Amino acid sequence: MVKIADYAGGKTAWCPGCGNFGILTAVKKALVALEIEPRRVLMVSGIGQAGKLPHYTRGNLFNSLHGRTLPVATAAKTANPELVVIAVGGDGDGYAEGGNHFINTARRNHDITYIVHNNQVYGLTKGQASPTSDLGFVTKTTPHGADIPLNPIALAIAADASFVGRGFAGDVDHLSKLIMQGIQHRGFALIDVLQPCVVFNQKNTYAWYRERVYKLEGYYDPGNKLAACEKAQEWGDRIPIGVIYRKERATFEERLPALRKGPLVRRKLDPMQAEELLGEFL
Amino acid sequence: MVLNLNVMVGGEAGQGVQSVGFILAKAFARGGFHLFADQDYESRVRGGHNFFRIRVSDGEVGAISEGVDILVALNQESVELHRGELVRGGVVVFDKEKAKGISGDGDLFGVPLERLAEEKGGSGLMANTVALGVALGLVGYDLETLNNVLREHFGTGEMGEGNVKAAAAGYEYARNNYRGEFKQSLKPLSDQKRMLINGNEAIALGAIAAGCTFMAAYPMTPATSIMEYMAGKSDELDLVVVQPEDEISAINMIIGAAFAGARAMTATSGGGFCLMVEGLGLAGMTETPMVVVIGQRPGPAIGLPTRTEQGDLQFVLHASHGEFLRAVLAPADIEDAFWLTVKAFNLAEKYQLPVILLTDQHLASSYSAVGKFDLSKVSIDRGLLLSEEELGRLGEYKRHQITPSGISPRALPGGSALVVTDSDEHDEEGHLIEDAETRTQMMLKRLRKLDGLSAEIGRPRIYGPQKAEATLIGWGSTYGALKEAVDILRGQGLDVNLLHLNELWPFPAEAVSGVLDGAGRSFVVENNATGQLARLIRAETGKKVTGNILKFDGRPFTPALVVAELKKEVT
Repeated sequence: MVKIADYAGGKTAWCPGCGNFGILTAVKKALVALEIEPRRVLMVSGIGQAGKLPHYTRGNLFNSLHGRTLPVATAAKTANPELVVIAVGGDGDGYAEGGNHFINTARRNHDITYIVHNNQVYGLTKGQASPTSDLGFVTKTTPHGADIPLNPIALAIAADASFVGRGFAGDVDHLSKLIMQGIQHRGFALIDVLQPCVVFNQKNTYAWYRERVYKLEGYYDPGNKLAACEKAQEWGDRIPIGVIYRKERATFEERLPALRKGPLVRRKLDPMQAEELLGEFL
Repeated sequence: MVLNLNVMVGGEAGQGVQSVGFILAKAFARGGFHLFADQDYESRVRGGHNFFRIRVSDGEVGAISEGVDILVALNQESVELHRGELVRGGVVVFDKEKAKGISGDGDLFGVPLERLAEEKGGSGLMANTVALGVALGLVGYDLETLNNVLREHFGTGEMGEGNVKAAAAGYEYARNNYRGEFKQSLKPLSDQKRMLINGNEAIALGAIAAGCTFMAAYPMTPATSIMEYMAGKSDELDLVVVQPEDEISAINMIIGAAFAGARAMTATSGGGFCLMVEGLGLAGMTETPMVVVIGQRPGPAIGLPTRTEQGDLQFVLHASHGEFLRAVLAPADIEDAFWLTVKAFNLAEKYQLPVILLTDQHLASSYSAVGKFDLSKVSIDRGLLLSEEELGRLGEYKRHQITPSGISPRALPGGSALVVTDSDEHDEEGHLIEDAETRTQMMLKRLRKLDGLSAEIGRPRIYGPQKAEATLIGWGSTYGALKEAVDILRGQGLDVNLLHLNELWPFPAEAVSGVLDGAGRSFVVENNATGQLARLIRAETGKKVTGNILKFDGRPFTPALVVAELKKEVT
């Protein structure tokens, strides 16, 4: 029986009221609900306030570089598919510095869950624009206002991510269930989380989101790619949360014949396996 | 070494220069000969000018030589470009019916290559195989040995038999028309088969023997064939080979795979390594073992993509910000490439750090006929990698535990211990910290591994007498050329020896210093423009070499060139 207490981690260094707290609780609840023990979990995070999340819970942890979360996470999963791998990062980490990794990881469909704390602003470096900042968002580094924001949901669908969801840090129960679905999904699961930054983003606040977010329910079919593309464009007065797109397809790990005999990490290393190869050079 | 036969195959990309050269080399290797072969090619898929040089000998040979005995010219341009390289008695084999304005007299052996290919082999495309037959006919080599190689290469079907017939046609033509006109003859020496292998293949085999199961790399000349070889064997040996979106991803992938517990490697050239540099630091900070192969080519930027250089030594020694340990190994030759690759994996895991294997285009694509690698001598040392039993006895586990050696016992995620690490400075458990005391202790812990690591570094090789009036100093792939240069110079009465380094970092300062103390004058010989090893020696030993012999035109050293340059310095 896995308990929330099993996931009790270190003392947090986030601002009071930060949206990250909701995400942290949702992650823990999801893991407990799925009865996953901490020792089976590998969290890989990037740099930014979001990247600290794994330190505040328990499990195996690799806190990587800014933007490099996904290559580390996906390769660890490939080497040992028995691990439950959860990658965690912010919008700057995943959509700016790590943008190329994001597109290609989605395309390859590695079986990991990627939680992006999307607060539309840079927190750790104190208030600069991020790739998802709203158009015209003025900061010290963008005095003329930010450019058109990147749409991570649409980008993920375009890259054929096999699970694309959006959650809201202010609705922990909904987010937690979304994360559970992401973990259970075979393949790459993006969970973009709308996360208020109480210090640097005075526009996209809890109240702002509460007025706008609505849950995608029964009538919406996330299996319809065209409908999902359309849904991905919705932003402004109404913002959908939930599973926006889902498609079952073979994962990267399933397509590797090398893994059929079990995880690489349990392989017995034997120099003599090269013997036959040497003969080919004679 | 009595026998010394140099064959050059020249032509344009797409004419089969590489195939013909390789088949010829294989036929010689099958006959028990030693050989060294290198390739010179342009950065293009069709056209241009490429050549493949084979030097055959009855004794060890580790470099190419300038003179050509038989030039197999697959196009007219090759005749024009390389005829001047013929030694006395050397000949050119070319297609007299295709070439314009070249007579078939004297050293020019005009053979109707394409016509014979059509008539005997069934396709004009086999003109290169006819030429191969001519070359072997000139030296009276065993045709059956060649036929076996052709059948292995082209299959035993129509294609294989066509090529066998084409080769026979060329062989007979040479016997009938040029008997006695070429002075050297070559009969297979022995049944002892040697492996015909290039530097990249030796690295790939070394990695496989060492238990590397995960490779991620982005294609880049001259390193790509390592990845291609591994990928080609991935199903057979259950290896994972990933070609990700870029080199940044590649290096972070091998870090992830290694953290999970696989032996992991990437391979690139200097330009790709530029993108990997932050990842190198990540491995340093998180103490993740990994092997990075860098096949150098001339830079900066794209430089000369298909040529050779030793311009990245100082770069790899200092790459990435901050201070952390790494090892740098630079194979001296093809056999060394195999063994140092094995060593790289062991050092990486034993000391939990990145190990760089620094080669270059010359070593990567040169072939040598070497004795079969003795796999029983390959040992796999995973260092302080804890078993579940050992973990159980340990009780509390801390990934970055402070120890006297600096090496922390390593556990893998998924077992009973929780494994935590961070690119931020961290405490023993692996959680990020900011306090001064922990930072200091963790830096000292990581850097303390230097003592153990330094002791693992092999002594530099000395060739020739222990002390000499002039000492040549080199590193990496120049070994063969330098060794032979020493032989030639000593044969001419000069008191010369060689100090050669293949394990460069941690720098074997004491050993190098000792040799320099006993040396008269000393000259570094490097394939770069600024004498990077000379600077390293000065930094690490305080000693200044007498002079630098440098070459940075993208081409490898030959023994004769080293001899000429040294003579300029000492006489």
